[in-house]
Amino acid sequence: MSWMNKHEKLERNSLLLLVSVIVTVLIGGIVEIIPLFRMETVIEPVEGVRPYTPLELVGYNIYIREGCYNCHSQQVRPLRDEVVRYGHYSLAAESMYDHPFQWGSKRTGPDLARVGGKYSDEWHVAHLVEPRDLVPESIMPSYSFLLKRGAKLHDLKKHLGSLSTLGVPYTKEMIDWAEKDAVVQATGEARADTAGIEERYGENVNIRDFDGNPDMISEMDALIAYLQVLGTMVDFEAAKAVEGGE
Amino acid sequence: MTAGSSKTEYNYDIVKLFTIATIYWGIVGFLVGIFIALQMVFPDLNIEPYLSFGRLRPLHTSAVIFAFGGNALFATSYFVVQRTCGVRLWNDSLAFFTFWGYQAFILMAGLGYVFGVTQGKEYAEPEWYADLWLTIVWVAYLVVFLMTVIKRKEPHLYVANWFYLAFIITVAVLHLGNALALPIGAVDVKSYSAFAGVQSAMIQWWYGHNAVGFFLTAGFLGMMYYFIPKQAGRPVYSYRLSIVHFWSLIFIYIWAGPHHLHYTALPDWAQTLGMTFSIMLWMPSWGGMINGVMTLSGAWHKLREDPVLQFMIVALAFYGMSTFEGPLMSIRYVNALSHYTDWTIGHVHSGALGWVGFISFGALYYLVPHLWGRERLYSIKLVSAHLWIATLGIVFYIAAMWVSGIMQGLMWRSYNDMGFLEYSFVESVMAMKPFYAIRVMGGVLYLIGALIMVYNFYRTIRGDISEKEPLENTSDATNESDSASNKIDIQGAVTS
Repeated sequence: MSWMNKHEKLERNSLLLLVSVIVTVLIGGIVEIIPLFRMETVIEPVEGVRPYTPLELVGYNIYIREGCYNCHSQQVRPLRDEVVRYGHYSLAAESMYDHPFQWGSKRTGPDLARVGGKYSDEWHVAHLVEPRDLVPESIMPSYSFLLKRGAKLHDLKKHLGSLSTLGVPYTKEMIDWAEKDAVVQATGEARADTAGIEERYGENVNIRDFDGNPDMISEMDALIAYLQVLGTMVDFEAAKAVEGGE
Repeated sequence: MTAGSSKTEYNYDIVKLFTIATIYWGIVGFLVGIFIALQMVFPDLNIEPYLSFGRLRPLHTSAVIFAFGGNALFATSYFVVQRTCGVRLWNDSLAFFTFWGYQAFILMAGLGYVFGVTQGKEYAEPEWYADLWLTIVWVAYLVVFLMTVIKRKEPHLYVANWFYLAFIITVAVLHLGNALALPIGAVDVKSYSAFAGVQSAMIQWWYGHNAVGFFLTAGFLGMMYYFIPKQAGRPVYSYRLSIVHFWSLIFIYIWAGPHHLHYTALPDWAQTLGMTFSIMLWMPSWGGMINGVMTLSGAWHKLREDPVLQFMIVALAFYGMSTFEGPLMSIRYVNALSHYTDWTIGHVHSGALGWVGFISFGALYYLVPHLWGRERLYSIKLVSAHLWIATLGIVFYIAAMWVSGIMQGLMWRSYNDMGFLEYSFVESVMAMKPFYAIRVMGGVLYLIGALIMVYNFYRTIRGDISEKEPLENTSDATNESDSASNKIDIQGAVTS
């Protein structure tokens, strides 16, 4: 058994063994990961996908903090029942600004990739305060404290700045206006001039008081702003019309 | 080799510390597991904001994987590397640092989750400062282990150490790759992952699946390769098989991550690679199982008498079962049904409770009398009670999750005669309830077993011997001469 004699070398020289192990375990990762950063087809460009507004970003961070991903996925698979239940299957571009992705791995509750616009703000507030008031059989925890807790907006500049360093296309203007934009988005048209935020993030941004309490910008405002934008950035009806026309 | 003849040469104090930590965190992890299982039956047990399921589930997974499993790996690797290399662990103070450093990491991570500090990546939740701290501790671990190996007296490095070494270095690589993040400020706890979307998903599951492959498999195979031959008093079945399955296991495992991302926005070629390698992984996994079980050749009678050995062999049976189930679930069409359901949770627990838990319990039952210089465990019958109660618990757990997981997947995809979806989502939630309750029972049984072990250890360390089981009637499995049987497995393995 000559190869076994050769293997003896590795058993006698622990540093050689160490290096061989490192080389062996690196191969698979290199082959599977590196091309994802190099190939243009990995994320096909889609119209409409934009970075989160500052308020939505606060909501995204609350979503992560509360561990929502432990029970909710954000990835509709291209399977018949999922498309019927949740909507168009998820595209790579739709999570391209999520650092990190929130695709999840478990559906103790339903998928949330396309929850945006499905329910009213009032429904979300009531549901998050006490899920069983609306869905008696639900086993979701209640999150009433979000209503009472003010959203942390003063450090948003740092958040957007870090994300822009990592490649999210936040402009200098967006970063400078971050806190102001969050306030404007959560107070709504009645109380603020919305031209600036619409110019920066587009006219589809949901601008309103989300939690029903105009006196405070709460974490509930931020989380619902995030939930209401999920899956709504891409206009699939328009895309269908284009595809049909070809 | 002469080292084995003098016990004072070895650093057993550090092994004792890690052994106690293993037992402590095991109980904590099981308790949190039972609590969050109960939350799924009684949602009012969610106490906002700190004790809600979303914050406690990472506490459970980290407590059992990194605290219980991690300390078990530290304890056994420090023990095995000393015994098989014939030298004292390198640098007492650095080894001592790895102990307190690692416990500090666990506290940092765990307290973080409860207070809402998380990166939001499964099994890699700790924030950047905890990740940085873990990196320092882990490098110290590698240095202690490697330096001990380098100054060894045995010319050959025993197979258990290959697995421990592969586990330590690969976990370092995975951790460094996946944890890359940019803090929003030097004194802020919040950071953003360096990767986004598809790339972050691929890197996360490259990490996540190999946390299973290297933390929960390679490391525990190292345990298996030492403690089964020792407990059975037989050399490892096949030296050749251990070489083949070692290299194929570590080469193939790394590729398997994308099977967590079937039908997602990850490119198809990556999904297909993940599936293909996952199926291939079945063979090296079973190679390890066969090598472990067949080590009992010529000593099968010991399996009948020795519940510690039974623990180890049942562990291998669960290992074989979950490494068959895993490749099955990685097939895209099976995954279309199983993914997102509790079938996955059941699969994980047959590996975690059955394989990782049982091989650790087996090793602990070997270690405790040995480390504290006792002739035998307080009671062998209590080991047997632990084994059967815990096994029953696992059966409850995984059977409930199999049945309910498959039911859940089928409910989501069933249509009525009109061509509409038959069930609303919440109907599938309602259908899960009785199974979630059965799962709690399984977990409670598993915890009761572990508490029996704690009692047994307490009496053993005190130096008690059960009056109902006086010494002369029991097998001498745990107090065999060390230097002699040490020679058996090393030389037996090398020359067989």
